[in-house]
Amino acid sequence: MDLGPYLLFASLEGLVHAAVLSLIALGLSLVFGVMRIVNVAHGEFFMLGAILAWWVSSFVLGNPALGFLLALLVAPIIAGIIAMFSDWLILKHLKYDPEATIIATIGILYIIQQAALMTFGPDARPVEQPFNVRLDLYWFGFSAYKFFVIFASIILLLSVWLVMAKTKFGLLLRATQLDSETAQAFGIPISTVYSLVFGAGAAIAAVGAVLIVPIQQAHYLMGGEPLLLAFIVVIIGGLGSLRGTVAAAVLIGMSDGIISVFFSPTLAKILATLLVVFVLLIRPNGLFGTAKV
Amino acid sequence: MRKDLILHFGALAILLFLELLGVFSDYHQGNFARILVLAAYGIGYNVLFGYTGLLSLGHALFFSAGLYASGLSIYHLDYNVGQSLILAICFSAFFSLVIGYLALRTVGVSFMIVTLMFSQVGYLCILYFGGITRGDEGIVIQQSSRVFLSLDLSDPTIRYYAALIIFSLCLIFNLWIAKSSFGRVLIAIRENSDRALMLGYNVHLYKLFAVIISGTISGLAGACYGILFGYVGASFAAVPYSIFPLLWVLIGGVGTVLGPLVGAIFMFYLIDYASDITDAYMIIVGITLLVVTLYARRGLLGELRYRYFKWIP
Repeated sequence: MDLGPYLLFASLEGLVHAAVLSLIALGLSLVFGVMRIVNVAHGEFFMLGAILAWWVSSFVLGNPALGFLLALLVAPIIAGIIAMFSDWLILKHLKYDPEATIIATIGILYIIQQAALMTFGPDARPVEQPFNVRLDLYWFGFSAYKFFVIFASIILLLSVWLVMAKTKFGLLLRATQLDSETAQAFGIPISTVYSLVFGAGAAIAAVGAVLIVPIQQAHYLMGGEPLLLAFIVVIIGGLGSLRGTVAAAVLIGMSDGIISVFFSPTLAKILATLLVVFVLLIRPNGLFGTAKV
Repeated sequence: MRKDLILHFGALAILLFLELLGVFSDYHQGNFARILVLAAYGIGYNVLFGYTGLLSLGHALFFSAGLYASGLSIYHLDYNVGQSLILAICFSAFFSLVIGYLALRTVGVSFMIVTLMFSQVGYLCILYFGGITRGDEGIVIQQSSRVFLSLDLSDPTIRYYAALIIFSLCLIFNLWIAKSSFGRVLIAIRENSDRALMLGYNVHLYKLFAVIISGTISGLAGACYGILFGYVGASFAAVPYSIFPLLWVLIGGVGTVLGPLVGAIFMFYLIDYASDITDAYMIIVGITLLVVTLYARRGLLGELRYRYFKWIP
């Protein structure tokens, strides 16, 4: 293959990466934006989504698309409920103190990860693609499912934006984000909002996992790498800025995909972090960040 | 005599007499040698977290910087133990200066994320340059290289004394910092950095010094760990080795000199016990983190200091 088509292939792979990464980072950034806490267990909710997708699709025999659709519905809901439960059981009692919360979410990380090891086991398990069509792009064939992943992610990103910008619930979120005490004084049920946001952040990451798991396999340690990339994304994009998060996710996801194809995935992560160093040197609050955190 | 000196030198004397009187079985002697070096690492961590109030989630980076600086120089360049230790100290100090300078451009939660990120990349670099570091498999330092002043450091008894000396040095240094005016400024920054700034202290520079001291002690502990136990591997650079010192400090007492030792003894035996029962022993770490943050924010010695003994440094 010539360099041109090869680069096209790498860019397409990069776009798939970027699509899923923007979902994961969006969940992280949403939680930080509204609640001012960093969820280190975020990657584990992603892993949970993947494992649940495998679990659900192993029940549904026959057409793999059925199992996939069911997983797309069930996995985010269960991941969201587990997140809301941990919020209710733990984070609420810490009064969302930034330091205590970050330590507690590390604890949640290990509990979810090790519980997955106990139940799901140490093996990586594949999930069948819901449809197996290869599009012939003249130089190479490319799975139509990967285009679907990109498409579905864009739809989800747009709907999160719509909810935030156009609905009553979005208004409550933005009010809480701006000034939680005043919001509470105006009768907004802050603790319910927090709980829902924490659940939604986990659910969005779980959707990303359900989308990616037919391409990648489900494994109990798969949460670490997306967490690292999502952190890189939110630092570059500016913590809490949704616009910056998506822009940075596309940048990092694309370059990660392309460098992974041409060189090695490890080198891609190292270079992405060097980019972070560079951003920190010129703009300590991230490219789109305004508020001091 | 001052009470604080009696407490700390008493603790060191107990550790010495446990060995002199032969209380340890071979198994516990080995464990305690490990715990002492790891507790020195915990002391390094505590200088930054406990005294300065900066929560780092990436100290494995400094631990493995020392570990690899000494390990690689012995393995590839035939350095002796003394030379490799000096190299490890210089390298860790320089390395923490660079990382500290970059990470301290952020504050609050961003600082925690950035340190976590840097240490993950350190881990990935060790895997990426597997030709030199031998990646996951790691390097075994031969017994013949582990000799210092013609003492064989792989001998369990000598190893215990060596670990005790390293720990004692770090402990005395920590005690001195806690009592010095420098340490007072660090505590002032922890309690209220704006006020410390208002009083005319260069807060940023003090924080940078704290990172360098903390990183250098951690690197020294890493170098000693590699030399005493003869193994240098990528697992020491992974996330758990950043979380462990945090856990020891939280359990033993945030901002106390003996806290890291208490926490390290507790966690070492808890994990040792749990790993006999299940492969998923890291779940213990998760549960302990939650219990400590929910119910015991000060840790053991911190709680004792709060309730009864105001003088514990």
